[in-house]
Amino acid sequence: MAHLLFLVFSVFSAVCAAGIVLSRNSVNAAMFLLLSLLGIAGLFVSLDAFLLAFLLLLVYAGAVVALFVFIVMLLDTGGGTSPARSLVAKLAGLVALALIAAGLGSFALRGRLAAPGAAGIPAVGASLKAYAYQLFTLYLLPVEIVGFLLLITMIGVIVLSRKEEGNP
Amino acid sequence: MISASLNAYIAVSALLFAIGFLGVLVRRNTLVIFMCLELMLIASTLALVAFSRFNGTMDGNTFVFFILTVAAAEVAVGLAIIVAYFRKKQTVQVDHINELKN
Repeated sequence: MAHLLFLVFSVFSAVCAAGIVLSRNSVNAAMFLLLSLLGIAGLFVSLDAFLLAFLLLLVYAGAVVALFVFIVMLLDTGGGTSPARSLVAKLAGLVALALIAAGLGSFALRGRLAAPGAAGIPAVGASLKAYAYQLFTLYLLPVEIVGFLLLITMIGVIVLSRKEEGNP
Repeated sequence: MISASLNAYIAVSALLFAIGFLGVLVRRNTLVIFMCLELMLIASTLALVAFSRFNGTMDGNTFVFFILTVAAAEVAVGLAIIVAYFRKKQTVQVDHINELKN
């Protein structure tokens, strides 16, 4: 049953990820991103990381995708025709994809990652207490730095999105 | 609840990363390129969570916590830059965004 869920979620997120790349319309791409994130949140749940699945949905589906849709509608980029990619760029994309596929295949077939299964390993990520303990002891300084980063981001975005009045 | 192997999770993560990378290479709209970048970021967090789960440690999960925060900040700044650029140039196609000055 759990294996079936893993298959469903991974195929779903991969198909929706392909939808981002293939869709012509930016709004459709944003919606595919949302669906792909749903699939990945399902994978997080299957890994017993419930808080992270919830945060992923809250932050990404709630804020980031909404922001993307908002900007897409604000800019009204339309479906205007753009010049076709050069042959070199297409070749580079194909070569990169082939390299990644080769790497993926090599470790999927011969990789030594095969853990003895997670049955005997405790799911430490399932409890909120573990997160709180880590964040307020070992990672206290990074937490404060990230808080400062968010403050800087807020100020930076306000400065960036301000209309320039005096100088053109 | 868990039955798939670590290999399977890492394979899914790498596949999503590859799809995002392909999108960055072949798409021309800056907004869609940005979405594909986000997809790559999330694919890497899936690998972190899987490693953390299969090793019984907490560090990968905590890293994902930070990555989510930084990604949210990054999206806000990136979209603000795109909007500012669109105000100047009236385009978000990367073919037209090929110079830093003027």
